[in-house]
Amino acid sequence: LRKNVEDFTGPRERSDLGFVTFDITADILNRKNGLQTFRNKNTLIIFDWNVKQLFLYLSAEYSTKNNALNQVVLWDKIMLRGDNPRLSLKDMKSKYFFFDDGNGLKGNRNITLTLSWNVVPNAGILPLVTGSGHVSVPFPDTYETTKSY
Amino acid sequence: GWPRRCGIRGRAVMDLFGDLRRMNKRQLYYQVLNFAMIVSSALMIWKGLIVVTGSESPIVVVLSGSMEPAFHRGDLLFLTNFHDDPIRAGEIVVFKVEGRDIPIVHRVIKVHEKGNGNIKFLTKGDNNEVDDRGLYKEGQNWLEKKDVVGRARGFLPYVGMVTIIMNDYPKFKYALLAVMGAYVLLKRES
Repeated sequence: LRKNVEDFTGPRERSDLGFVTFDITADILNRKNGLQTFRNKNTLIIFDWNVKQLFLYLSAEYSTKNNALNQVVLWDKIMLRGDNPRLSLKDMKSKYFFFDDGNGLKGNRNITLTLSWNVVPNAGILPLVTGSGHVSVPFPDTYETTKSY
Repeated sequence: GWPRRCGIRGRAVMDLFGDLRRMNKRQLYYQVLNFAMIVSSALMIWKGLIVVTGSESPIVVVLSGSMEPAFHRGDLLFLTNFHDDPIRAGEIVVFKVEGRDIPIVHRVIKVHEKGNGNIKFLTKGDNNEVDDRGLYKEGQNWLEKKDVVGRARGFLPYVGMVTIIMNDYPKFKYALLAVMGAYVLLKRES
């Protein structure tokens, strides 16, 4: 699971707004690590008979002066049973505005992006799973004034 | 005497009334007590669920299509609301907007938590284009722990349709209650 990002921030009213672009490469079938092993009998089957769909989401987690913990979902996708379980998305822009509650993005060196998913069964328990592998992203110290997004 | 009590058909209805007249007062009281016991047991199980899950409404029916294709109208959701469970992005929560009775089932997309445990969060339905700010109270931008009825932990499809039908067609509800009442009052332990 790998992501690359480039980013710049801009303040709106009085809250920081961050812009992130990212690549996602993920192999949802094999949870253990990014490697694909065809003959490994221990491979976990995520899409079994009782899985209707997976709700995938990319969330950014970080802390600021204002708030000890912040989590913002930047992007999500519904993966139905039968869809290609391998994601290879490049240069994606975040689906949702990455607003902070305050001005905590400026100069924040440690924003962790993680891919997680909600397993929706045909009937039964609804687990939330976090993918292995996450990326830390720093935001710059200055605001961008050009609105080139 | 079993065949007489199976199904409500022309001749069977007359037999039912015959039964009613033949029962003496004691039997009637006995049946009513039986019925009351069944109702009390059901209520106790429900209260027990409320205690065990920590949620005021541990089982809810999905009323709208705003979480499709995961949940459809009529699906049943099982909730827990443990006090120590933190609210995290991606979780499916059931909440009530202050002043409104209808519970809403949506997903948490933003969380801001302070060091002292104070949490505020934003929700959005998977199937909706925009977040739920338009659904909240006038001037309210965030939800808090107190607005949460519970977190969705499990689900069963279609089963909740019965309550939706009963809501939309009250005649069906009364008919169902009448049939159930008649069955319980007339059922005799042989």
